[in-house]
Amino acid sequence: MYSKEVMDHFQDPKNMGFISDHTAVGEIGNPACGDMMTIYLKISDDEVIEDISFETLGCVAAIATSSMITELAKGKTLKEAEAIEFEDVKKALGTLPPIKVHCAHLSVEALRKAINKYKETK
Amino acid sequence: MNQKKVYMDYAATTPVDQDVLQDMLPYFSEHFGNSSSIHSFGEDAQKGVSEARQQVSDFLGSSPTEIIFTSGATEGNNMVIKGIAVSKKIREEYGNKPHIIISEIEHSCVIESVKRIVKDGLAEVSFIPVDKNGIVSIETIKNLIRPETALISVMYANNEVGTIQPIAEIGALVTELNTVKKKKIFFHTDAAQAINYLDCNVGNLGVDMLTISAHKIYGPKGVGALYIKKGTPLARLIDGGGQELKLRAGTLNVTGIVGLGSAISKIKEHAVKNEDVKKLRNKLIDGILSSISRSSLNGDKEYRLPNNANISFEGAEGEAILIMLNQQGVSVSTGSACAAENLTPSHVLKAMGITDFGAHSSIRFSLGRQTTTEEVNYVVSIMPGIIEKLRKVSGSLR
Repeated sequence: MYSKEVMDHFQDPKNMGFISDHTAVGEIGNPACGDMMTIYLKISDDEVIEDISFETLGCVAAIATSSMITELAKGKTLKEAEAIEFEDVKKALGTLPPIKVHCAHLSVEALRKAINKYKETK
Repeated sequence: MNQKKVYMDYAATTPVDQDVLQDMLPYFSEHFGNSSSIHSFGEDAQKGVSEARQQVSDFLGSSPTEIIFTSGATEGNNMVIKGIAVSKKIREEYGNKPHIIISEIEHSCVIESVKRIVKDGLAEVSFIPVDKNGIVSIETIKNLIRPETALISVMYANNEVGTIQPIAEIGALVTELNTVKKKKIFFHTDAAQAINYLDCNVGNLGVDMLTISAHKIYGPKGVGALYIKKGTPLARLIDGGGQELKLRAGTLNVTGIVGLGSAISKIKEHAVKNEDVKKLRNKLIDGILSSISRSSLNGDKEYRLPNNANISFEGAEGEAILIMLNQQGVSVSTGSACAAENLTPSHVLKAMGITDFGAHSSIRFSLGRQTTTEEVNYVVSIMPGIIEKLRKVSGSLR
């Protein structure tokens, strides 16, 4: 069911964990399937994501998409990170079964939520 | 993967027993006739069917004329629900919307069939709730019964949590009520999961209909049987050539039917090992619950099939656990929405009051005839690592 890239990210997730001195947090839950994703951002003064991590309670696709999106967003400016779409996540993972595409959407929402949180408290 | 493979999903399906397979083989290419044909090839095939019918009726304590062969339990259950709802006799006696009572934890084929006939305006339904252990109460059933109640359907043993319903007691209640009730209540049980382990004598249970599935009892997939007590006014769903006493048309699946008969005839000889399966299952439960914190058994520990263990693991999701187990050679099922085709969590666990989170993190281990102590030890040894890894990912170890 899952591509090699998805399985790689599932077995060896990138940027997994908690950043104690994070600048912003984006937490999102999917009422449909019960997945929960949290993204932590450490943002530099010139608004670059200098560190990013995730915590996900969810299926293989949920873990893989959150891991992938942290890879895509790391080191980017906030503007660049905000522009990441679910198609980018899906493409980077090779492919996702149609029923799991909502997990890619969730990872994008979690990241954007964290960025918006930062903007609110600026 | 060249590591050992451990199958712990017997509730999903079972391997065909080797002797059953041998019994089936001659009917593929040797006695291959259509069992409805009146020449010698047909007669040969018919002999196999008759023998199987006798084997099934012997097992259930019924007459052979009360056994109809189907394509499996899904079809059998559809036949019961829809067959009662559209039965001319029932509709004449019970009105345009006969009343049907089913439990909240029936298999989806029962629930979806009921939803369909209600949607089409053919019947009304009441659902019997279950307690936190997944068991119905006789009192609740009594209170749901109305004058137009035509059918009660309660599964004997649940496929997800293995909990056992008081079918004989419900049967006794229905029998008693029918002595005074003007319009008889018909009582059906889906016994697909129960056949391997529980008393299924239809007299003892007091049922009018009972569903069997071959692939749950070490027989082939694609075949089952429905017991229909003489006098039960069931309408036919599949029209055609008049087979199976005009109740279910279609050329008989002779090889499958022979396999079903053979499989069911072997149940009693394997039943002696049920205690061993129970011990192994309990070893699995105890091993897992004692080595993994925040894990819990779903459903009653005692009133449950001896091979079933359904456990929730806080902080880890079911599909992820399943895939990790799969990578280490172990096959199980989950009640998580993520693994369901319609992305909804298990309705059974929900009916038992288990939260969506609990269903989300649940794994069903179901043991079988080939499960060994070694396999149980292996699973117990790898589970803690899997849960710990997933809890790290979810941040619930923090």
